[in-house]
Amino acid sequence: MPGRVIVITSGKGGVGKTTTTANIGTGLALRGKKVCMIDADIGLRNLDVVMGLENRIVYDLVEVVEGNCKLRQALIKDKRNDNLFLLPAAQTREKDAVSPEQMKELCAQLAEEFDFVILDSPAGIEHGFRNAIAGADEAIIVTTPEVSAVRDADRIIGMLEAHELHNPQLVINRIRPDMVKRGDMMDIDDVLDILAIDLVGVIPDDQSIIVATNKGEPVVLNTRSNAGKAYANIVCKILGEDVPLFQLEHNGWVEKLRRIMPLRIPRAN
Amino acid sequence: MLEFLYRLFGKEEPSGKQAKERLRLVLIQDRAVLSPQLLDMLREDLIEVISKYMEIDELGLEVNLEKEKNAVALVANIPVRRVKRSVAEAAH
Repeated sequence: MPGRVIVITSGKGGVGKTTTTANIGTGLALRGKKVCMIDADIGLRNLDVVMGLENRIVYDLVEVVEGNCKLRQALIKDKRNDNLFLLPAAQTREKDAVSPEQMKELCAQLAEEFDFVILDSPAGIEHGFRNAIAGADEAIIVTTPEVSAVRDADRIIGMLEAHELHNPQLVINRIRPDMVKRGDMMDIDDVLDILAIDLVGVIPDDQSIIVATNKGEPVVLNTRSNAGKAYANIVCKILGEDVPLFQLEHNGWVEKLRRIMPLRIPRAN
Repeated sequence: MLEFLYRLFGKEEPSGKQAKERLRLVLIQDRAVLSPQLLDMLREDLIEVISKYMEIDELGLEVNLEKEKNAVALVANIPVRRVKRSVAEAAH
């Protein structure tokens, strides 16, 4: 049976597609699955640096498609996990160097060998996006609880539907429980109410993600980080495990104190 | 209602709620604007349904989405030529 081909997309840029791709890919490999991640963002590649594999690139996606090298030669094995591979994007080419038909063929070929093929889509709704979704049979949409990101996610859901990619799964990234509590950020239910699609997970706005990206180590490897735990939770869901949604906690010092001491402490907000 | 209470106490609605409300409205427009075909399909369906009950001027029929302050309305202007007698009888 061929593997699952999942595209990670969003419409709006900067909401965490690449981080989500790196963490879902790494998380699935940690669970023993054979995974290939494809950076479909031609001209603006970044999955390599987020994974810490930027120094190992020899060939890229465009060279594979053009037949200048074998697919095997272009796949970079992860430093930490033998099950995990990356097919990097070309940095000095245009987005139309690859066609949707070529992507379809490439994904089908990889799905023969891997349990999961995870595609990191570029932002926008143009050629690069169409390439990224061409070979996918499932989609995960990343958004943040902001009006601009949610609006673009809605547009993407419509376009996926038009391309016969049904039932996209939603990741809500960068939730800030303290702001939600004050009413200054849309909560999970607000976003689900608006977009009306299934939720696969929620990632808290967590400094450990920036630290992890600085080092080129996906945060899912850090089992003490809340964001890492949240990504591990998403991986369980993708594998079809019936786990409860990762609970975000408001970790202010007052809350911590409240848990330790049985006294009544007035709320700060 | 909640909005009224907020206004009564001179307090602004939390920005999260404002965000949701603004999104709800803008998405109704986005989704409608995205497909002019959708309005055409709706038009055809409306003609079909209404024609069961009355004879209408199909060329004079107008269907539009109009935005008001905090709502989006589907406004249809449908000139009626005559009501079918059989329908008027059946109602009695």
